[in-house]
Amino acid sequence: MSAPTYDLGKLHGGLRLEGHKQASTAQPILDIPLPSQLILPIEQHVGAPAQPVVSVGDRVLKGQLLAEPDGELGAPVHASSSGTVVAIESWPVSRRNGDKAPCIVIECDGKDEAPVATAGTDYLSQAPADLLLRILDGGIVGLGGAVFPTAQKLMQARTAELEFLILNGVECEPYISCDDALMRECAPAVLSGARILMHALQVNACYVVVESDKPEAIGRLGEALAELGDDRIVLKQVPTIYPSGGEDQLVQLVTNREVPSGGLPTDVGCVVQNVGTAAAVHDWIVNNQPLISRVTTVTGDGVVSPINVRARIGTPVEEVIRHAGGYTESVKHLVIGGPMTGRSVTTDAVPLVKASNCVLALAEPATAGDELPCIRCGDCAVVCPVQLLPQQLFWYACADDEQKLREFGLLDCIECGCCDLVCPSHIPLTADFRIAKDRIRELADEKARAERARQRFEARNRRFERERLARDAELSRQKDSAKRAGPAAIAEILKRKQQSRDDPA
Amino acid sequence: MWIAILTIAGIALVAGIALSIAHGRLPASEGNLVEQANDLLPQTQCAQCGYPGCRPYAAAVVDGSAAINLCPPGGDNTVRRLARLLGKDPLPLAASLAPAVAVIDEPACIGCYHCRNACPVDAIVGAHQFMHTVIESECTGCELCIAPCPVDCITMRPVP
Repeated sequence: MSAPTYDLGKLHGGLRLEGHKQASTAQPILDIPLPSQLILPIEQHVGAPAQPVVSVGDRVLKGQLLAEPDGELGAPVHASSSGTVVAIESWPVSRRNGDKAPCIVIECDGKDEAPVATAGTDYLSQAPADLLLRILDGGIVGLGGAVFPTAQKLMQARTAELEFLILNGVECEPYISCDDALMRECAPAVLSGARILMHALQVNACYVVVESDKPEAIGRLGEALAELGDDRIVLKQVPTIYPSGGEDQLVQLVTNREVPSGGLPTDVGCVVQNVGTAAAVHDWIVNNQPLISRVTTVTGDGVVSPINVRARIGTPVEEVIRHAGGYTESVKHLVIGGPMTGRSVTTDAVPLVKASNCVLALAEPATAGDELPCIRCGDCAVVCPVQLLPQQLFWYACADDEQKLREFGLLDCIECGCCDLVCPSHIPLTADFRIAKDRIRELADEKARAERARQRFEARNRRFERERLARDAELSRQKDSAKRAGPAAIAEILKRKQQSRDDPA
Repeated sequence: MWIAILTIAGIALVAGIALSIAHGRLPASEGNLVEQANDLLPQTQCAQCGYPGCRPYAAAVVDGSAAINLCPPGGDNTVRRLARLLGKDPLPLAASLAPAVAVIDEPACIGCYHCRNACPVDAIVGAHQFMHTVIESECTGCELCIAPCPVDCITMRPVP
């Protein structure tokens, strides 16, 4: 077993939070049986919604393409099981906090019938560019929660000079343990995914990074790594600090390189992928199975028996909760995603989607207390992992001073919520920053529109000026030629005109 | 004594040349301010301020001959930004205008060309005697096309 190494860069700030993870990791992953109905939103990635290619009444097989990607940052959606498309309609989704968005609804026939299995591709014989296109077809998106389409991220990364692939198994947010469970039970798949990604990216170094509170996952990965005997892959352990699993924070921790403001990890030669994403890439390339299921943590003091489940994408959350023993009597609050970055929903009819790494049912929503004036204690600046000055940003956000907000790096805020937690005045800083960011973007849009209108206005004025000059030039040309011809010619013309008038025949 | 006189004269000459070059290179502060004010305006060119476009209004605001609250498309935000730029007190907006785009009722259009000539940002397309239409993404909602239309087929549709 290869032991994890510890030579780490330093992360500024961050918090040691109570994990609440033991409850859900006590048991192995539970495979949820097929639900009677699957609800598949056509928007499960950051780009524009996918375009449905099936119609109501069609019979579909497991893994069949349901919706094609539309636009640059699109990802396809596949049928999670076989059945009949019964509707393409609006349905509550977690992405919109329980509001409705278009979904494809499949009535499952229970047969879970897949097309005739074709052998997986031998990826090593494929050119990296072909492999990337193949990954695009698998509907794979970043399973850490950001759901950025994996193929597009890799294609972008290929344009930069790369040194490291970093597999993110940190999972620093409290309550969530789906990556932990996946690494414990499917370590070989994760490592195989890593090798596929390394081939696609043509990099020769990969770090698999796990937080120190997951000794069992580290052990399993170590065993699998020893068995694999690939010395390009190195296991690394990082201290348990929130938010060390943020992309830029992880790069800094592992390589001691700071991702520049407004830049990407590729600027410092790194690509970060979630371990779940790597396993999904393995499933697609080796087993020909697109992204139709995922591991999700069902936890919180609002469910009877917290557990990690493997469920088909599109399974209603109420079904998932039922398999975790149902709700406790004290349940008050349902969050899809973690407590820091998740989205509260108003109904459990929402389906589980590619982004859903956690279903969190809480008995009592965290009470923050009343908001008090800022006393400028500076605690928020101490914990900020991006080394911003939240107290100053708060000041400028209140004053709506766009320029100062930009100068103080608001756009680099990762919205981790650390400053909220430590604020003795209970100021909802992260929420304020989100609003301020929206306003900055709005303002930039407005500016761009105004600039465009100005250019069009000026172009029109120039055109008018050109036309006026051309008209003047033509007039003076006619005058000149008349003058040059002399009075005799003019008299001649007038005479001819007079004649034709007198004698119309 | 001559050395002293020549030295001082030399320094004055060098400084004078440097200053005159700087004066030529750098934009005059007044002009700069007009540009800055113009940047704050929404560039709809709607002339609702009483000036023939955004830049003339910016110039008038800077030299003090126009109030800062005459730009309806810009709204309160523009008034506030102009106030900050010019060190004046913000005023309530003289008249407000919700963001909207012009829509031509195409079956009713007679192809008279009048609206096309009125549009300050060339957002209307169509040939003489043929139907006209508005390029929605370029329309600034200035309402200048409404008055010239002889058949009143242009309406404003608010944008959400």
